[in-house]
Amino acid sequence: MNINESNARLWSKFGPRAVYGQAMLELAEQSSDVLAMSADLSLPSGLSSFSRKYPKQFINTGIAEQNLIGVSAGLAKEGFIPYVSSFAPFVSMRASEQIRMELGYMQFNVKVVALGSGLAMSFLGNSHYGLEDIAVMRTIPGLTIVCPSDCIEVIKVVRAAAKHKGPMYIRLTGAVNNPIVNTTDYEYEIGKAIRLRKGDDIVIVSTGSMVSKSLDAAKILAKKDISVEVVNMHTIKPLDVKTLKEIVNSGKPMVSIEEHTVVGGLGSAIAEYLTTLKKKIPHKIIGLKDEFGKTAEYDHLIKLHGLDGSSIAQKVEYFINSNK
Amino acid sequence: MKLKNDQHSLESLSKEIRKTMINMGYASEMAAHFGGALSMVEILASLYGEVLNYKVDDPRWIDRDRFILSKGHGVLGFYATLYVFGFIGKEELDSFQKNESEFISHPIMNLNYGIESSNGSLGHGLSLGAGVAMSAKLKNQDFNVYVMLGDGECNEGSIWEAVMFAYHHKLNNLVVIVDRNSMQNDGESKDVMNYFSIEDAWKGFGWDVRSIDGHSHKELCENLTPDKSVDTPRVIIANTIKGKGVSFMEGVPSWHYGKLTEKTFKKALQDLGGEHNEY
Repeated sequence: MNINESNARLWSKFGPRAVYGQAMLELAEQSSDVLAMSADLSLPSGLSSFSRKYPKQFINTGIAEQNLIGVSAGLAKEGFIPYVSSFAPFVSMRASEQIRMELGYMQFNVKVVALGSGLAMSFLGNSHYGLEDIAVMRTIPGLTIVCPSDCIEVIKVVRAAAKHKGPMYIRLTGAVNNPIVNTTDYEYEIGKAIRLRKGDDIVIVSTGSMVSKSLDAAKILAKKDISVEVVNMHTIKPLDVKTLKEIVNSGKPMVSIEEHTVVGGLGSAIAEYLTTLKKKIPHKIIGLKDEFGKTAEYDHLIKLHGLDGSSIAQKVEYFINSNK
Repeated sequence: MKLKNDQHSLESLSKEIRKTMINMGYASEMAAHFGGALSMVEILASLYGEVLNYKVDDPRWIDRDRFILSKGHGVLGFYATLYVFGFIGKEELDSFQKNESEFISHPIMNLNYGIESSNGSLGHGLSLGAGVAMSAKLKNQDFNVYVMLGDGECNEGSIWEAVMFAYHHKLNNLVVIVDRNSMQNDGESKDVMNYFSIEDAWKGFGWDVRSIDGHSHKELCENLTPDKSVDTPRVIIANTIKGKGVSFMEGVPSWHYGKLTEKTFKKALQDLGGEHNEY
C-alpha cells in the first residue's frame, strides 16, 4: 500500500474500518502467522476480501466476544499474531475480563481492534458508541493502547502492531470521509507522539479523530494571531512522557482533546502524569460529556459535543484568556 | 516418570498425589481448595501417568499434549501431580501460599514447570484451549489439548461460546473433562444452578459425550484419548466425589475451601494409608 496524497484521499473516503481490512490484506500477504478474527462482524471490519482471499487466516467466532479473545489468546500462545475486531464497547467491555486475564496477565500477543469507537456508529446509538473504552482498557496492566489519527495512520499502526511484541488495543475513530491528517509517509513509532504544528501560545494534545479537528482549530486561531502547537498523541499507553515533559517545561498551557468521555481517557492519563511533576501548567480536558447523549449523524454529534474545529477554537481561546 | 497400562501404579500414584496435597495444604498453615482438588486426582493421574505425551526434561517440547486447568482452584491437585511426575521439586511445593511465591491458590503460567496458563477466573480455559487446538490444526501438529472444567464452572456463559466454537471448527484434538463433583462454592450444584442434564447440554452442541466414573483409572484411560477419525470434540463427564479419599471431606461443601488442623491433618493422612510427613 503506497502512502501518497492520492491514496490518502481514496482511503479517507473509505474510512478507517475499510482501510483496516486493506491493511490486513497486506499483512497476510507477508506472513501466514497473521490472523484476522471477527465475532460475526467481518463486513463492518472491512474483512470481506480478506476472508475470501485468505480463508485459512480468517476465523469467525460467531457473536461471542469473550470466546473471540480467549481463542485468539490460544492461537497467540502458539505463535500466531491474531488481530481481533469488533465494535468498541463489545470488545472492550463484554470481553474486558478476557482481555485482562489473557492479554494483560498472560501477555499473549493479540491485537484488539475496536471499530467505530467514539460516536462514529451514529444512528446505531449509545449501545454501539465507544465512550469509555480508553478508560476501561487503560487500567489493565501491560496493554498498549493506540488511536490512529487518520486512515494513513491506521495502516501505519496495523504494520507497527505486527512488529510490536505484546497485546494492543487499537482504537479506530471517525467514519467514512475521514479527515486527512497525513498525506506523505512518515516515521511512526508506538509510544512516540508526533508534533504536527509548532506554536507559541498553547499546546493541543489530541488523539484519533480529534487530531484533524485540533488542526482545524489551530488554523482558525492563527487568524486571530493565536499560535497553537498541535501534538498527535496516537499512543495513549504508554504515554509519551518525554514529549509531555517538554511541553510542561515550555510553560505553555495545554489542552487535551479526545472523542471519549472526559472520565479516564487521554486527558486523565495526562493529568495523572502532570501530578508527578514539580512544575505546573494549566491543563484543560476536552472530550465527551459523562453521559449517554443524543443520537444523530456523526458530524452532527461532533458539533453537538463541541468537538468540531470552530467549537474547539472557541474553547481554547477562552482557556487562554482565563489563564492570562 | 511415564507409565503405560499399569492400573495398579495409577492407583498408587493417585494416593501419592493425595498425600502430597494434604501435606502441602497443612504446611502452608492456611486454608486451601481441598474438595475440588481431591475430586480430580484420578483424572490427573490417568492423564500424566497414561495418556498425555510430554517430556519432563523438556517441558516446552513443541509436540507435547497441552493440559489446561480451567478450574484453577483445583491447583493443589495439579501441583501435587506436577511434583509426583517430576515437573516441580520440593522447593516449589514448600513455597505453596508463601509470600511472593508463584505457587498460589490458582495456577500462574510457567512452561518450565509444565503450567500452560494462568487461571483463577472461571470460564476462560476452554476458549484458550480451543485456540491452541485450532493452532495445531492450522500448523498440522498432532498434539492433543486437554481442558479440565468444573461442573460449577459450566455456569459460565463463556464456556458455551467455546463449546459452539469447538464443534463448528471440528476440533477433534480437543478433549474436555468436566469434573462433576456436583458441588460448588455455595453448596450442592443442584441447589445453586440445576442442570436438567449436563450430558444432554453437551450432546445438544454436537460433542461426543462420555459419562464415566471419574475415580476409575480404567474408565478414564479408555476414554481420554480422542478419536481423530471423527470430527467432533469430546467431553468426558467425570462423575466424582468432592473431597474424595479423605473421609471427613467427602461430600462436605465447606471443604471446598478449608484449613487443616493438626488433628484433621493426621486423620486425613490416616485415611490415605498412614503417616506420610515427607512429600
